Amino acid sequence: INAEYMGKPMFRSIAKAFLGPRSLRVMPRSQIGRYFSGSVYVNHRDTEDNNDHLPFEFTQENYSEIDKLLKKYPSNYKKSAVIPVLFLAQKQNGNFLTLSAMRKVAKVLEIPEIDVFEVASFYSMFNRTKVGKYHLQVCATTPCMLCGAYDVMGAAEKHLGIKAGETTADGLFTIQEVECLGACVNAPMIQINGEHVYEDLTPESMVALIEKLRKGEPVKNGPQNNRRNSEGPQGRTTLKELQEETKIERDFAKAKQDWQAAKEAAAAAAKAKAAEKK
Amino acid sequence: MLASVLKRSSGALFNRVRHFSTTRTHGGLKDQDRIFTNLYGDKDAFLKGAVKRGDWYRTKDIILNGQDWIIDEIKASGLRGRGGAGFPSGLKYSFMPKVSDGRPSYLVINSDESEPGTCKDREILRHDPHKLLEGALLVGFSMRAKAAYIYIRGEFWEETLVLQKAVDEAYAAGYIGKNACGSGYDFDIYLHNGAGAYICGEESALIQSLEGKSGKPRMKPPFPANAGLYGCPTTVTNVETVAVVPTIMRRGPSWFASFGRKNNAGTKLFCISGHVNNPTTVEEEMSIPLKELIERHAGGIRGGWDNLLGIIPGGSSVPILPKKICDYVLMDFDALREERSGLGTAAVIVLDKSTDVIDAILRLAKFYKHESCGQCTPCREGTGWLVDILTRMKLGNADYAEIDMLEELTYQIEGHTICALGDAAAWPVQGLIRHFREEIENRIDQYHQKHPSIRSARSHPCLLYTSDAADDLLCVDLGGRRIIKKKK
Repeated sequence: INAEYMGKPMFRSIAKAFLGPRSLRVMPRSQIGRYFSGSVYVNHRDTEDNNDHLPFEFTQENYSEIDKLLKKYPSNYKKSAVIPVLFLAQKQNGNFLTLSAMRKVAKVLEIPEIDVFEVASFYSMFNRTKVGKYHLQVCATTPCMLCGAYDVMGAAEKHLGIKAGETTADGLFTIQEVECLGACVNAPMIQINGEHVYEDLTPESMVALIEKLRKGEPVKNGPQNNRRNSEGPQGRTTLKELQEETKIERDFAKAKQDWQAAKEAAAAAAKAKAAEKK
Repeated sequence: MLASVLKRSSGALFNRVRHFSTTRTHGGLKDQDRIFTNLYGDKDAFLKGAVKRGDWYRTKDIILNGQDWIIDEIKASGLRGRGGAGFPSGLKYSFMPKVSDGRPSYLVINSDESEPGTCKDREILRHDPHKLLEGALLVGFSMRAKAAYIYIRGEFWEETLVLQKAVDEAYAAGYIGKNACGSGYDFDIYLHNGAGAYICGEESALIQSLEGKSGKPRMKPPFPANAGLYGCPTTVTNVETVAVVPTIMRRGPSWFASFGRKNNAGTKLFCISGHVNNPTTVEEEMSIPLKELIERHAGGIRGGWDNLLGIIPGGSSVPILPKKICDYVLMDFDALREERSGLGTAAVIVLDKSTDVIDAILRLAKFYKHESCGQCTPCREGTGWLVDILTRMKLGNADYAEIDMLEELTYQIEGHTICALGDAAAWPVQGLIRHFREEIENRIDQYHQKHPSIRSARSHPCLLYTSDAADDLLCVDLGGRRIIKKKK
């Protein structure tokens, strides 16, 4: 009777029969196949490009980076560095975090492998399946949705001929719907490869951006219209006259004296009250 | 017909305009009273520009006044946490141990700005990072901390680069590190990145993430001030809270307390997004009326104020407010609490009449389902159920009684979870049902009109059961269908 409900289990069995893990994603019942956090499956599935027979080794520069990172944390808590080191591995490997990379990280940090697997599967920025060269992460949470994020995503999907969650055949673009990216006043916006953000998009400017990336032309970060950061598109209403220099003076010594005097007075008053009660 | 008569009369009874107690009107903050003068990135964000704006000026003298003095100044200013909870900051910092039992103390600055609607901390990080660093030093010194860890969300890649450069500059200039600012106190600041998890904005989940584990919150007690990062006393505090501390020290706490109503002091960064003509981030006085905030700074609602459907005043975790409340409510912690919403992070999300409000709240429910860490059953299962039921209600394929079932479900999630994400997932749905029940019922009626066979199959709508709320239910029998309406 409820078409949506009826369709889902049927859809799932058909999908499982025909399609492998890389193409159409089979979502848990209430998550429509638009987004996946790094990988649909929490556990690892061996594929040709991601298995134990493809070793991973950090570059020398990355090893010195890791040494710098480890200095930030107490020497007996190397585990704290697991997220930054996983990012280093992912970046080195072309935005793709493989099983051998995760095992290497565990070895470098001298922690059990399961700890690394837990972290890599928990956080959404770790791509445990291959993504395209330009990983278009489109924010579609309510503030961006109200400003037309799904229109922008639809324009990208139509232009590239793929749906959210898929990669183009030439391996250039992957579209993923992500949760709030923290640039809500510049909605709608996308992030590419977890690095630069491109804000204030329209369906037209989204397609223009994609074409520029495809041709390898330079693109402007931030607002894709002539807006300045989070200043309103109709212009700013505050901070209209900016001063060159400000230095605020305060008599700190006097402030401390006043504070001390007030404290002593309060202590004396409390003592008097306690004596009165007696 | 009877239903509409009832609705009209209840509207007259309950349609009051609340007048909040205040001695004057608030709003219209002047530029010279603004703390974040480089909010839009006009000038240099780094050390040269920061020093011109007055940062790092006489920091040594502030430190030499002592730890207790700094904490009392923060208490006197009335600063409340800007990360969403609004807990008095002076009180929070005073919980840290005054004498160490062998363990070092840590200050952790929460820059995991993932609350939908919120984009204020990124402005501080990328345009005024030195305010944050100086604030970290002062607050860390006042709580006798050994070091500060700034936890930035993984998606803020550009902001991390800027902040890292600012930290390196501050170290090079001797403002932090050994003998910070020449005061004799050693203080380090480290940056740590997250990797895409909203739950890591919760303080104990943040500590877990810093320790290199998956960000699953801890049970509290023990509170972080007793056992936090690496088991040591820790305070987790928001970026904006810490970044305003140096200005409070320099201008005096009474200046800060002069803004806003009593117990809601100071200025706040408001991020106004959604269906406004001029979406922007502004710094304004607390207790500014919501209508004035939008008309003055955000260019008004698109289509005029009467085109307003509802506003979510504090980021997605607080209940939505309908237009009739938005007409008079003030933007501060207490006023919004009285209207059964909350200030949260002051991320104002505006919805106009073209919005499908059920779809908007459904998308928020999907957000919470995605971001739930999965530790405790009410949240892990409940958020999924909220999405499923709201998906049906978006179509209208439901019963009137299922609205109450959905509300009951949110009360089962709220308060029964390890952390506040369960509450945050429940509140938007409660706000939707409280203020937009008619909208949901209309959708149901429309769907049942289009699919009459459904009604006959569901001719026995389920009644509420196992409900603590059953006591204050008001049952109205309209001949044939038993409609259970919750007493407002």
